[in-house]
Amino acid sequence: MSHVLSLRCKECSREYPVEALNVCDFCFGPLEVVYDLEAIAKSTSREKIASGPNSLWRYADFLPAEYNPAIDINAGFTPLIRSRGLAEQLGLDELWIKNDSVNPSYSFKDRVVAVAAAKALEFGFDTIACASTGNLACAVAAVSARSGMKSYVFIPSDLEAGKILGAAIYNPTMVAIDGSYDDVNRLCSEIADSYPWAFVNINVRPFYADGSKTLGYEVAEQLGWRAPDHAVAPSASGAMFTKIYQGLKEFEATGIISDVHTKMYSAQARGCSPIASAYEEGRFVIRPVKPSSLATSLAIGNPADGYYALKVIEASGGSAVIAEENEIADGVKLLAETEGIFTEGAGGVAITGLKHLVETGKIKRDESVVVYITGNGLKTTELVADVVNPVLIEPNVEAFEAAMAARAAK
Amino acid sequence: MPIEKVRFTFLDRLIKEPVIYRVGRDFEVETNIRRADIQEGIGWVILELEGEQQSIDDALDWVRSVGVRVDPAVGDVVEG
Repeated sequence: MSHVLSLRCKECSREYPVEALNVCDFCFGPLEVVYDLEAIAKSTSREKIASGPNSLWRYADFLPAEYNPAIDINAGFTPLIRSRGLAEQLGLDELWIKNDSVNPSYSFKDRVVAVAAAKALEFGFDTIACASTGNLACAVAAVSARSGMKSYVFIPSDLEAGKILGAAIYNPTMVAIDGSYDDVNRLCSEIADSYPWAFVNINVRPFYADGSKTLGYEVAEQLGWRAPDHAVAPSASGAMFTKIYQGLKEFEATGIISDVHTKMYSAQARGCSPIASAYEEGRFVIRPVKPSSLATSLAIGNPADGYYALKVIEASGGSAVIAEENEIADGVKLLAETEGIFTEGAGGVAITGLKHLVETGKIKRDESVVVYITGNGLKTTELVADVVNPVLIEPNVEAFEAAMAARAAK
Repeated sequence: MPIEKVRFTFLDRLIKEPVIYRVGRDFEVETNIRRADIQEGIGWVILELEGEQQSIDDALDWVRSVGVRVDPAVGDVVEG
């Protein structure tokens, strides 16, 4: 069962009732869910978690909504894979890949939307909505299909075909907005204020965000009830990054694991790096940017949780790292070629970031590392279209053998 | 009367400018600062604007024209 006490402003600490609210009336700070960790500690255990469903709902005691099988699309409990090829290439003894690209709609957004939708139903909403550059739209549309809720997804009109299709197939009401990034933002803010919908990352954002805590819980469980030395994750709004750490710390606070010493590393792309740039310049003020990156799912210019991501970096002793735009596709290819995992640009940023962290000595060979792969490459095939270069032959064995000989001679 | 919650981000050359005062004086938009942080070289102010919609739009256009970045107070609502 849920052990939620209240909502609380992250800035001024004012308390609010558990309602569809996301902003403090006084200081406009973001609200977060407050849990009764003592009650959670009493009601949960490793055994209880391990015997739960094979989805993020095995951690229901730590979540702000009740498990509702009727709308569960089996988000979460994705594989944690011990790396061999990539670990060897990078010079690491213990590298783990959290492959969240195999969620039901192929990104970690299924986690946050699962929790947001469950909470939205508890609140009595019949419609869920989002503004998205892709993955979130897919997740909202998928869960609405399962739950029977109506859904509206707002997307920029120039989105990649794979992401449009990945959401459209679930038959939401899809609205493509012909305008700049700022125009899309402004319009969606206005719509969210005007319609009685659960806008997953606006009025139910405190609950939505906590779905990402399960990325921390799961890794700890899958590592045999321990926290890694290092965690590398891509960052857009910064919410997922902060929640991974919160998840690990909550497991520690409730006695599920001990000794959370994990250093957290936020990876961003050069074309949209407001968090990593602030870190590099040694400031806690986020300077919003106009995003222009090949890692489209990370292209959030004014990250709502950027400041809190910087605080997690500071608290954990980690850092931020930037992947150059021309390294993103290489990161995607490296993961595919060494581990058989096809990720999107955000994963390329994470892999490139990990590479830089090893090269600069921040992560050492004998330390345990988890890298989070949060989205699937099949939605953004444009990024790596140049890999398609088959050997073309006539339909006979001689032609095949001649082509192979020519290839071997190269 | 329409209300907007926005964040102004200033770079150092603008920190001494009375931008918020001028929003009130020149555009007749009421301003109510809720939170702010000014550091060396950069600062931000989160505030509420109340007035006729056209006046708010004109005021924000002017604020942008002098080089101040304007964003929704809660961060971007578009996500990946």
